[in-house]
Amino acid sequence: MSWDDPRPMSPHLQVYKLPITAKLSILHRGTGGALFLGLILMIAVLASAASGPESWASMHSFLSGFFGQLIIFGFTFALYYHACNGVRHLFWDIGKGLDLENARKSGVAVLIASVVLTLLTWLIAALV
Amino acid sequence: MAEFKLPANSIVMTGKTVKAPAGATNIRKFIVYRYDPDTGENPHTDTYEVDMDNCGPMVLDGLLKIKDEMDSTVALRRSCREGICGSCSMNIDGRNTLACTKAIDDIEGDVKIYPLPHQPVIKDLVSDLTNFYAQYASVKPWMSTDAAVPPDRERLQSKEDREKLDGLYECILCACCSTSCPSYWWNSDRYLGPAALLNSYRWIADSRDENTGERLDELEDTFKLYRCHTIMSCTDSCPKGLNPAKSIAEIKRLMVKRKS
Repeated sequence: MSWDDPRPMSPHLQVYKLPITAKLSILHRGTGGALFLGLILMIAVLASAASGPESWASMHSFLSGFFGQLIIFGFTFALYYHACNGVRHLFWDIGKGLDLENARKSGVAVLIASVVLTLLTWLIAALV
Repeated sequence: MAEFKLPANSIVMTGKTVKAPAGATNIRKFIVYRYDPDTGENPHTDTYEVDMDNCGPMVLDGLLKIKDEMDSTVALRRSCREGICGSCSMNIDGRNTLACTKAIDDIEGDVKIYPLPHQPVIKDLVSDLTNFYAQYASVKPWMSTDAAVPPDRERLQSKEDREKLDGLYECILCACCSTSCPSYWWNSDRYLGPAALLNSYRWIADSRDENTGERLDELEDTFKLYRCHTIMSCTDSCPKGLNPAKSIAEIKRLMVKRKS
Protein backbone atom coordinates (compact mmCIF):
# COMPACT_ATOMS: atom_id res chain seq x y z
CA MET A 1 0.00 0.00 0.00
CA SER A 2 1.70 3.18 -1.12
CA TRP A 3 1.30 6.36 0.88
CA ASP A 4 0.33 9.20 -1.44
CA ASP A 5 -1.31 11.28 1.29
CA PRO A 6 0.37 14.63 2.03
CA ARG A 7 -0.61 14.19 5.67
CA PRO A 8 1.60 12.13 7.97
CA MET A 9 0.93 8.44 8.61
CA SER A 10 0.47 7.78 12.32
CA PRO A 11 3.13 5.46 13.83
CA HIS A 12 2.32 1.74 13.78
CA LEU A 13 5.06 -0.87 14.30
CA GLN A 14 7.16 1.92 15.83
CA VAL A 15 4.83 2.30 18.82
CA TYR A 16 2.54 -0.75 18.94
CA LYS A 17 3.10 -3.32 21.67
CA LEU A 18 2.05 -6.39 19.72
CA PRO A 19 0.34 -9.10 21.80
CA ILE A 20 1.94 -12.56 21.97
CA THR A 21 -0.59 -13.92 19.45
CA ALA A 22 0.66 -11.36 16.92
CA LYS A 23 4.33 -12.12 17.60
CA LEU A 24 3.69 -15.84 17.12
CA SER A 25 1.84 -15.05 13.89
CA ILE A 26 4.96 -13.25 12.64
CA LEU A 27 7.02 -16.27 13.69
CA HIS A 28 4.65 -18.52 11.72
CA ARG A 29 5.22 -16.40 8.61
CA GLY A 30 8.96 -16.33 9.28
CA THR A 31 9.26 -20.10 9.77
CA GLY A 32 7.18 -20.62 6.62
CA GLY A 33 9.74 -18.58 4.67
CA ALA A 34 12.60 -20.45 6.37
CA LEU A 35 11.07 -23.80 5.36
CA PHE A 36 10.95 -22.65 1.74
CA LEU A 37 14.63 -21.70 1.82
CA GLY A 38 15.42 -24.91 3.72
CA LEU A 39 13.79 -26.97 0.99
CA ILE A 40 16.07 -25.35 -1.57
CA LEU A 41 18.99 -26.47 0.64
CA MET A 42 17.53 -29.99 0.76
CA ILE A 43 17.44 -30.04 -3.05
CA ALA A 44 21.06 -28.86 -3.08
CA VAL A 45 21.94 -31.70 -0.70
CA LEU A 46 20.25 -34.26 -2.97
CA ALA A 47 21.86 -32.76 -6.06
CA SER A 48 25.31 -32.88 -4.47
CA ALA A 49 24.79 -36.52 -3.49
CA ALA A 50 23.68 -37.35 -7.02
CA SER A 51 26.66 -35.58 -8.55
CA GLY A 52 29.21 -37.94 -7.09
CA PRO A 53 31.45 -38.51 -4.05
CA GLU A 54 33.46 -35.30 -4.38
CA SER A 55 30.53 -32.88 -4.38
CA TRP A 56 28.88 -34.87 -1.61
CA ALA A 57 32.07 -34.68 0.47
CA SER A 58 32.16 -30.88 0.22
CA MET A 59 28.42 -30.60 1.04
CA HIS A 60 28.92 -32.98 3.96
CA SER A 61 31.77 -30.96 5.37
CA PHE A 62 29.70 -27.77 5.07
CA LEU A 63 26.71 -29.32 6.84
CA SER A 64 28.94 -30.77 9.57
CA GLY A 65 30.49 -27.39 10.28
CA PHE A 66 29.17 -24.86 12.77
CA PHE A 67 27.13 -22.86 10.25
CA GLY A 68 25.74 -25.98 8.62
CA GLN A 69 24.64 -27.38 11.96
CA LEU A 70 23.12 -24.00 12.91
CA ILE A 71 21.12 -23.94 9.69
CA ILE A 72 19.83 -27.48 10.17
CA PHE A 73 18.97 -26.74 13.81
CA GLY A 74 17.04 -23.66 12.72
CA PHE A 75 15.33 -25.70 10.01
CA THR A 76 14.31 -28.34 12.57
CA PHE A 77 12.77 -25.68 14.80
CA ALA A 78 11.06 -23.99 11.86
CA LEU A 79 9.58 -27.32 10.77
CA TYR A 80 8.23 -28.19 14.23
CA TYR A 81 6.95 -24.69 14.96
CA HIS A 82 5.22 -24.33 11.60
CA ALA A 83 3.66 -27.80 11.90
CA CYS A 84 2.48 -27.36 15.51
CA ASN A 85 1.14 -23.89 14.80
CA GLY A 86 -0.52 -25.28 11.69
CA VAL A 87 -2.47 -27.63 13.95
CA ARG A 88 -3.42 -24.57 16.04
CA HIS A 89 -4.71 -22.93 12.87
CA LEU A 90 -6.73 -26.08 12.07
CA PHE A 91 -8.49 -25.80 15.42
CA TRP A 92 -9.23 -22.14 14.70
CA ASP A 93 -10.58 -23.14 11.29
CA ILE A 94 -13.23 -25.29 12.98
CA GLY A 95 -14.01 -22.41 15.33
CA LYS A 96 -12.27 -23.74 18.44
CA GLY A 97 -9.93 -21.85 20.80
CA LEU A 98 -10.55 -18.41 19.34
CA ASP A 99 -11.06 -16.62 22.64
CA LEU A 100 -8.13 -14.51 23.78
CA GLU A 101 -7.18 -16.64 26.77
CA ASN A 102 -7.12 -19.92 24.85
CA ALA A 103 -5.33 -18.33 21.89
CA ARG A 104 -2.60 -17.14 24.28
CA LYS A 105 -2.37 -20.51 26.01
CA SER A 106 -2.27 -22.52 22.78
CA GLY A 107 0.41 -20.15 21.48
CA VAL A 108 2.64 -20.75 24.49
CA ALA A 109 1.94 -24.48 24.24
CA VAL A 110 2.97 -24.53 20.56
CA LEU A 111 6.16 -22.63 21.36
CA ILE A 112 7.10 -25.02 24.18
CA ALA A 113 6.17 -28.09 22.10
CA SER A 114 8.29 -26.99 19.14
CA VAL A 115 11.32 -26.24 21.34
CA VAL A 116 10.99 -29.62 23.14
CA LEU A 117 10.52 -31.52 19.86
CA THR A 118 13.53 -29.76 18.33
CA LEU A 119 15.77 -30.60 21.30
CA LEU A 120 14.44 -34.16 21.44
CA THR A 121 15.15 -34.67 17.74
CA TRP A 122 18.73 -33.43 18.14
CA LEU A 123 19.22 -35.52 21.27
CA ILE A 124 18.08 -38.67 19.45
CA ALA A 125 20.24 -37.74 16.43
CA ALA A 126 23.25 -37.32 18.73
CA LEU A 127 22.68 -40.70 20.42
CA VAL A 128 22.25 -42.84 17.29
CA MET B 1 3.98 -4.89 -0.44
CA ALA B 2 4.10 -4.06 3.19
CA GLU B 3 5.98 -0.88 4.05
CA PHE B 4 7.37 -1.25 7.57
CA LYS B 5 8.91 2.20 7.89
CA LEU B 6 7.13 5.52 8.22
CA PRO B 7 7.19 7.86 5.19
CA ALA B 8 9.72 10.73 5.46
CA ASN B 9 7.01 13.30 6.29
CA SER B 10 5.73 11.12 9.15
CA ILE B 11 8.90 10.59 11.19
CA VAL B 12 8.14 11.70 14.75
CA MET B 13 10.44 14.39 16.22
CA THR B 14 10.80 15.47 19.85
CA GLY B 15 9.02 18.66 20.87
CA LYS B 16 8.64 20.79 23.97
CA THR B 17 8.13 19.94 27.63
CA VAL B 18 5.48 21.74 29.66
CA LYS B 19 6.32 21.66 33.37
CA ALA B 20 3.80 21.01 36.12
CA PRO B 21 2.79 24.02 38.24
CA ALA B 22 5.18 24.80 41.11
CA GLY B 23 4.45 22.81 44.25
CA ALA B 24 3.07 19.74 42.45
CA THR B 25 4.55 16.61 44.01
CA ASN B 26 2.69 13.75 42.34
CA ILE B 27 3.67 14.12 38.69
CA ARG B 28 3.09 11.84 35.70
CA LYS B 29 4.59 12.58 32.31
CA PHE B 30 2.17 12.48 29.37
CA ILE B 31 3.98 12.15 26.05
CA VAL B 32 1.54 13.22 23.36
CA TYR B 33 1.81 12.97 19.56
CA ARG B 34 1.39 16.36 17.91
CA TYR B 35 0.90 17.32 14.28
CA ASP B 36 -0.10 20.76 13.10
CA PRO B 37 -1.50 20.82 9.53
CA ASP B 38 -0.99 24.60 9.36
CA THR B 39 2.80 24.39 9.57
CA GLY B 40 3.06 21.12 7.62
CA GLU B 41 6.15 20.23 9.66
CA ASN B 42 6.83 16.66 10.69
CA PRO B 43 4.87 15.42 13.70
CA HIS B 44 6.54 15.50 17.11
CA THR B 45 5.84 14.48 20.69
CA ASP B 46 5.25 17.05 23.43
CA THR B 47 5.74 16.13 27.07
CA TYR B 48 3.31 17.39 29.69
CA GLU B 49 3.98 17.01 33.39
CA VAL B 50 0.55 16.44 34.87
CA ASP B 51 -0.19 17.04 38.56
CA MET B 52 -1.90 13.79 39.49
CA ASP B 53 -3.15 15.10 42.85
CA ASN B 54 -5.45 17.31 40.86
CA CYS B 55 -6.53 15.03 38.00
CA GLY B 56 -9.24 12.45 37.31
CA PRO B 57 -8.33 8.73 37.06
CA MET B 58 -8.64 8.10 33.32
CA VAL B 59 -6.28 8.95 30.48
CA LEU B 60 -9.02 11.16 29.01
CA ASP B 61 -9.12 13.13 32.28
CA GLY B 62 -5.39 13.71 31.91
CA LEU B 63 -5.72 14.80 28.28
CA LEU B 64 -8.57 17.20 29.06
CA LYS B 65 -6.58 18.62 31.97
CA ILE B 66 -3.68 19.23 29.58
CA LYS B 67 -6.02 20.87 27.08
CA ASP B 68 -7.77 23.01 29.72
CA GLU B 69 -4.80 24.07 31.82
CA MET B 70 -1.53 23.52 29.96
CA ASP B 71 -1.94 23.66 26.19
CA SER B 72 -5.27 24.46 24.55
CA THR B 73 -3.93 23.58 21.09
CA VAL B 74 -4.02 19.81 21.74
CA ALA B 75 -6.67 18.30 19.46
CA LEU B 76 -8.57 15.09 20.26
CA ARG B 77 -12.00 13.58 19.73
CA ARG B 78 -14.11 12.79 22.77
CA SER B 79 -17.75 12.82 23.70
CA CYS B 80 -19.43 10.47 26.16
CA ARG B 81 -16.49 9.82 28.55
CA GLU B 82 -18.00 6.43 29.44
CA GLY B 83 -16.94 4.02 26.67
CA ILE B 84 -20.06 4.04 24.55
CA CYS B 85 -19.48 6.64 21.83
CA GLY B 86 -16.13 5.37 20.57
CA SER B 87 -14.74 8.84 19.88
CA CYS B 88 -11.64 8.89 22.08
CA SER B 89 -10.03 5.79 20.59
CA MET B 90 -6.26 6.20 20.39
CA ASN B 91 -2.99 4.36 20.94
CA ILE B 92 -2.18 4.51 24.66
CA ASP B 93 0.86 2.77 26.14
CA GLY B 94 1.34 0.87 22.87
CA ARG B 95 -2.18 -0.55 22.59
CA ASN B 96 -5.32 0.82 20.99
CA THR B 97 -8.10 1.60 23.44
CA LEU B 98 -10.52 4.28 24.61
CA ALA B 99 -8.91 7.10 26.60
CA CYS B 100 -12.04 7.40 28.75
CA THR B 101 -11.98 3.81 30.04
CA LYS B 102 -8.20 3.41 30.36
CA ALA B 103 -7.01 4.12 33.90
CA ILE B 104 -3.78 6.11 34.22
CA ASP B 105 -2.78 3.87 37.15
CA ASP B 106 -2.82 0.82 34.84
CA ILE B 107 0.07 2.28 32.86
CA GLU B 108 3.68 1.80 33.94
CA GLY B 109 6.09 4.66 33.34
CA ASP B 110 5.27 7.61 31.11
CA VAL B 111 1.83 7.80 29.52
CA LYS B 112 2.54 7.64 25.77
CA ILE B 113 -0.35 8.67 23.56
CA TYR B 114 -0.47 8.40 19.76
CA PRO B 115 -3.32 8.54 17.27
CA LEU B 116 -4.77 5.25 15.96
CA PRO B 117 -1.92 3.57 14.03
CA HIS B 118 -1.25 3.72 10.29
CA GLN B 119 -3.92 6.33 9.51
CA PRO B 120 -3.65 9.77 7.91
CA VAL B 121 -3.40 12.33 10.71
CA ILE B 122 -5.66 15.39 10.52
CA LYS B 123 -4.31 17.04 13.66
CA ASP B 124 -2.61 15.65 16.79
CA LEU B 125 -4.68 12.66 18.00
CA VAL B 126 -7.38 13.08 15.36
CA SER B 127 -6.94 10.64 12.49
CA ASP B 128 -8.91 10.44 9.25
CA LEU B 129 -11.26 7.43 9.41
CA THR B 130 -12.97 8.04 6.05
CA ASN B 131 -11.74 4.72 4.64
CA PHE B 132 -12.79 2.89 7.81
CA TYR B 133 -16.34 4.26 7.61
CA ALA B 134 -16.55 3.53 3.87
CA GLN B 135 -15.60 -0.07 4.56
CA TYR B 136 -18.31 -0.26 7.23
CA ALA B 137 -20.86 1.08 4.74
CA SER B 138 -19.69 -1.43 2.12
CA VAL B 139 -20.94 -4.40 4.20
CA LYS B 140 -24.49 -2.93 4.08
CA PRO B 141 -24.98 -2.77 7.83
CA TRP B 142 -28.75 -2.93 7.84
CA MET B 143 -31.39 -5.64 7.71
CA SER B 144 -31.94 -6.81 4.17
CA THR B 145 -35.09 -8.81 3.37
CA ASP B 146 -37.12 -9.97 0.43
CA ALA B 147 -40.26 -10.90 2.34
CA ALA B 148 -42.78 -8.15 3.00
CA VAL B 149 -42.94 -6.65 6.48
CA PRO B 150 -45.69 -8.31 8.55
CA PRO B 151 -48.53 -5.77 8.61
CA ASP B 152 -49.50 -6.24 12.23
CA ARG B 153 -46.25 -6.77 14.14
CA GLU B 154 -42.45 -6.66 14.21
CA ARG B 155 -40.21 -9.26 12.61
CA LEU B 156 -40.03 -11.76 15.41
CA GLN B 157 -36.96 -13.62 16.56
CA SER B 158 -36.57 -16.46 19.05
CA LYS B 159 -34.61 -15.89 22.23
CA GLU B 160 -31.93 -18.30 20.97
CA ASP B 161 -31.58 -16.46 17.66
CA ARG B 162 -31.38 -13.16 19.47
CA GLU B 163 -28.57 -14.52 21.64
CA LYS B 164 -26.49 -15.16 18.52
CA LEU B 165 -26.14 -11.38 18.18
CA ASP B 166 -24.57 -10.94 21.62
CA GLY B 167 -20.95 -9.94 21.28
CA LEU B 168 -21.70 -8.47 17.84
CA TYR B 169 -24.24 -5.67 18.22
CA GLU B 170 -22.19 -3.97 20.96
CA CYS B 171 -19.56 -2.72 18.50
CA ILE B 172 -19.20 1.07 18.79
CA LEU B 173 -17.04 1.51 15.66
CA CYS B 174 -14.14 3.07 17.55
CA ALA B 175 -11.69 1.51 15.04
CA CYS B 176 -9.36 0.24 17.78
CA CYS B 177 -9.43 -3.28 16.30
CA SER B 178 -8.93 -2.48 12.63
CA THR B 179 -6.08 -0.05 13.29
CA SER B 180 -4.37 -2.56 15.61
CA CYS B 181 -4.22 -5.19 12.85
CA PRO B 182 -0.89 -5.48 10.99
CA SER B 183 -2.70 -7.05 8.07
CA TYR B 184 -4.96 -3.99 7.93
CA TRP B 185 -1.92 -1.70 8.12
CA TRP B 186 -0.43 -3.26 5.00
CA ASN B 187 -3.67 -3.80 3.06
CA SER B 188 -6.34 -1.37 4.29
CA ASP B 189 -7.04 -0.37 0.69
CA ARG B 190 -8.40 -3.86 -0.03
CA TYR B 191 -8.79 -5.75 3.27
CA LEU B 192 -12.01 -4.75 5.06
CA GLY B 193 -10.53 -5.15 8.54
CA PRO B 194 -11.97 -6.67 11.73
CA ALA B 195 -14.58 -3.99 12.52
CA ALA B 196 -16.31 -4.10 9.13
CA LEU B 197 -16.17 -7.90 9.08
CA LEU B 198 -17.59 -8.23 12.60
CA ASN B 199 -20.43 -5.94 11.55
CA SER B 200 -20.98 -7.93 8.39
CA TYR B 201 -21.22 -11.08 10.52
CA ARG B 202 -23.67 -9.28 12.83
CA TRP B 203 -26.15 -9.30 9.90
CA ILE B 204 -25.11 -12.71 8.55
CA ALA B 205 -25.87 -14.17 12.00
CA ASP B 206 -29.23 -12.37 12.26
CA SER B 207 -32.09 -14.84 11.72
CA ARG B 208 -34.26 -12.04 10.31
CA ASP B 209 -31.80 -11.07 7.56
CA GLU B 210 -32.56 -12.84 4.28
CA ASN B 211 -29.51 -11.99 2.22
CA THR B 212 -26.81 -14.13 3.80
CA GLY B 213 -25.87 -15.57 0.39
CA GLU B 214 -25.30 -12.14 -1.17
CA ARG B 215 -23.35 -10.99 1.87
CA LEU B 216 -21.05 -14.00 1.61
CA ASP B 217 -20.68 -13.49 -2.15
CA GLU B 218 -19.49 -9.95 -1.48
CA LEU B 219 -16.86 -11.16 1.00
CA GLU B 220 -15.60 -14.08 -1.11
CA ASP B 221 -12.37 -12.30 -2.00
CA THR B 222 -8.66 -12.90 -1.43
CA PHE B 223 -8.29 -9.49 0.17
CA LYS B 224 -11.64 -8.35 1.63
CA LEU B 225 -11.90 -11.35 3.98
CA TYR B 226 -8.89 -13.59 3.64
CA ARG B 227 -6.20 -11.11 4.63
CA CYS B 228 -7.16 -12.08 8.18
CA HIS B 229 -4.42 -14.41 9.45
CA THR B 230 -5.81 -14.78 12.98
CA ILE B 231 -3.20 -12.45 14.44
CA MET B 232 -5.78 -11.60 17.11
CA SER B 233 -4.51 -8.11 17.79
CA CYS B 234 -8.12 -7.00 17.09
CA THR B 235 -9.58 -9.08 19.91
CA ASP B 236 -6.70 -8.06 22.16
CA SER B 237 -7.38 -4.36 21.67
CA CYS B 238 -11.22 -4.23 21.64
CA PRO B 239 -12.23 -1.91 24.51
CA LYS B 240 -15.69 -3.52 24.56
CA GLY B 241 -14.28 -7.03 24.99
CA LEU B 242 -15.68 -8.25 21.67
CA ASN B 243 -14.01 -10.90 19.50
CA PRO B 244 -13.73 -9.81 15.85
CA ALA B 245 -11.26 -12.66 15.14
CA LYS B 246 -13.96 -15.17 16.03
CA SER B 247 -16.54 -13.43 13.82
CA ILE B 248 -14.12 -13.54 10.89
CA ALA B 249 -13.43 -17.24 11.54
CA GLU B 250 -17.19 -17.87 11.53
CA ILE B 251 -17.55 -16.12 8.16
CA LYS B 252 -14.71 -18.26 6.77
CA ARG B 253 -16.45 -21.40 8.08
CA LEU B 254 -19.72 -20.40 6.39
CA MET B 255 -17.79 -19.96 3.13
CA VAL B 256 -16.63 -23.58 3.38
CA LYS B 257 -19.98 -24.90 4.60
CA ARG B 258 -21.98 -23.55 1.72
CA LYS B 259 -19.68 -25.26 -0.76
CA SER B 260 -20.02 -28.73 0.75
